[in-house]
Amino acid sequence: MHTTAQIRLSHDHPRWDLAAVRRDFPALEQRVHGRPLAYLDNAATAQKPYQVIEAVARFYRLDNANVHRGVHALGERATAAYEAARERVRAFINARSAREIVFLRGTTEAINLLAHGLGQGMRPGDEVVLTTMEHHANIVPWQLLRERAGIRLRVLPVTPAGELDLDRLPDLLGARTRLLALTHVSNVLGTLNRMEEIVQIAHARDIPVLIDGAQAVPHLRVDVQALGCDYYCFSGHKIFGPTGIGVLYGRAALLESLPPFLGGGEMIRRVSFERTLFADPPQRFEAGTPHIAGAVGLAAAIDYLEGLDRGAAEKHERDLLAYATARLRELPGLRILGEAPRKAPLISFVLQGVHAHDLGTVLDRRGVAVRAGHHCAMPLMDFYGLPATTRASLAFYNTREEIDRLVESVRYARELLA
Amino acid sequence: MSDDYGELRDLYQELILDHSRHPSNFRAMPDATRSVEGDNPLCGDHLRLYVQLQGERIAEISFEGSGCAISVASASLLTERIKGTTVAEAEALFHRVHRLLTTGEEAADEVELGELAALAGVRQFPMRVKCATLSWHALRAALRDEATEQITTE
Repeated sequence: MHTTAQIRLSHDHPRWDLAAVRRDFPALEQRVHGRPLAYLDNAATAQKPYQVIEAVARFYRLDNANVHRGVHALGERATAAYEAARERVRAFINARSAREIVFLRGTTEAINLLAHGLGQGMRPGDEVVLTTMEHHANIVPWQLLRERAGIRLRVLPVTPAGELDLDRLPDLLGARTRLLALTHVSNVLGTLNRMEEIVQIAHARDIPVLIDGAQAVPHLRVDVQALGCDYYCFSGHKIFGPTGIGVLYGRAALLESLPPFLGGGEMIRRVSFERTLFADPPQRFEAGTPHIAGAVGLAAAIDYLEGLDRGAAEKHERDLLAYATARLRELPGLRILGEAPRKAPLISFVLQGVHAHDLGTVLDRRGVAVRAGHHCAMPLMDFYGLPATTRASLAFYNTREEIDRLVESVRYARELLA
Repeated sequence: MSDDYGELRDLYQELILDHSRHPSNFRAMPDATRSVEGDNPLCGDHLRLYVQLQGERIAEISFEGSGCAISVASASLLTERIKGTTVAEAEALFHRVHRLLTTGEEAADEVELGELAALAGVRQFPMRVKCATLSWHALRAALRDEATEQITTE
């Protein structure tokens, strides 16, 4: 790949032109409540660079047509762009074949598709193993399957420091275990799980592994072959792409054996009222007109990411995380959740005497955007005995000055509220 | 501290903060006539409201749970204001508070708000209106004997 040399080169000389990067993101330039926006809610969704916004607009301006249908020029261009986006994603996560890449609405839909498809092969008493740190997107689809199919859910606990308790994993993987489904990076704690090791433990017992990569892909270079996982999913909007487009990766042989999810156009080979022959993957899982512009935008986001010096971007994120952690620790009564040695750049914290929701409101009035709440991870919140936390989640475009404003605003909130 | 946060100070008045730190009638009521659970899934606020009815009169009212300053203060103010009123008066107050929080409209012939007027600042914070109305929706469900239902703001 032509970018490899560039990345390797930059690894040796990390340098990060923050001002130039920020100029690519128009949303970052605004003021809210009279203050410059400090956008620290990137784990919820990331802002979009001009390159993505323009790619989506250009598609609608010039190439808009349906895919895999029309024989006219626009139809050909749209189909070529859509399939080029699939190839772009393949290379991005190093899948073997573009046929292993299914475009869906996002991570949530990908997990629902798998719960539906894999669930058809499961019997009452079969088990799916999850972890305490899962997002609701990787809990609720399996609970719905439990209702339908009578499967059991088993849960790998986390340690107080916020890491998976891997010593317990072998005991949870038994003869009835049909799948291990877990997150790559915790959206609440930031913990980066030791995926290669986990996949090995599961594969030694012939148990397939699904990885929810929604919080990992924005920060790490993901290689599904190196991970060895069977399924991997992520959302475009968290990697600076459009909302409503996401990716399910599945090993070709596994996707081949999966039944369809939604029925409709695009996903068939031949239909009669007696019988329908389904298309091969990935089309089998892409019923109806897909989010073509979204796929184009996602490819543009990947182009953007890979055009950056990613080694330098990651170093900048690590520096920001260390800085933010140190600055927040200066504040008395503030407790950080999640102290794994390897973390994505996000910090969840609680402030004594101040509810996260009130803190979020005060920060907002000072132009600082954070997430306050349970982060769609209520079982994890229960584990910590907390109804809510405040989460500052960073991207490579954030600055130390924004961290300073976060810290100063938390101080202000404590004076006002505690 | 800078002084350009008038709206924040309207929202977090001393009265609101006092009630959030030391809520009134904050206890379970084992012999309640009715109790209703309320949830705000957006932020995880969770409370249970208890009422004891004597005929049409709300003789006792209490709540427990956890939530942000606005939801706890609103519930605390609710219990103080509602205790001793009739079911019809409580229903009228529900509508009065709802209008105060959503439109800010005042009408001369309406029931007295009393300290509930301190909730007026919430109107400037649309994302927080549900925090303030959570206990009120629970109250309404309790009085209508929808006690088997879970109330949510979503």
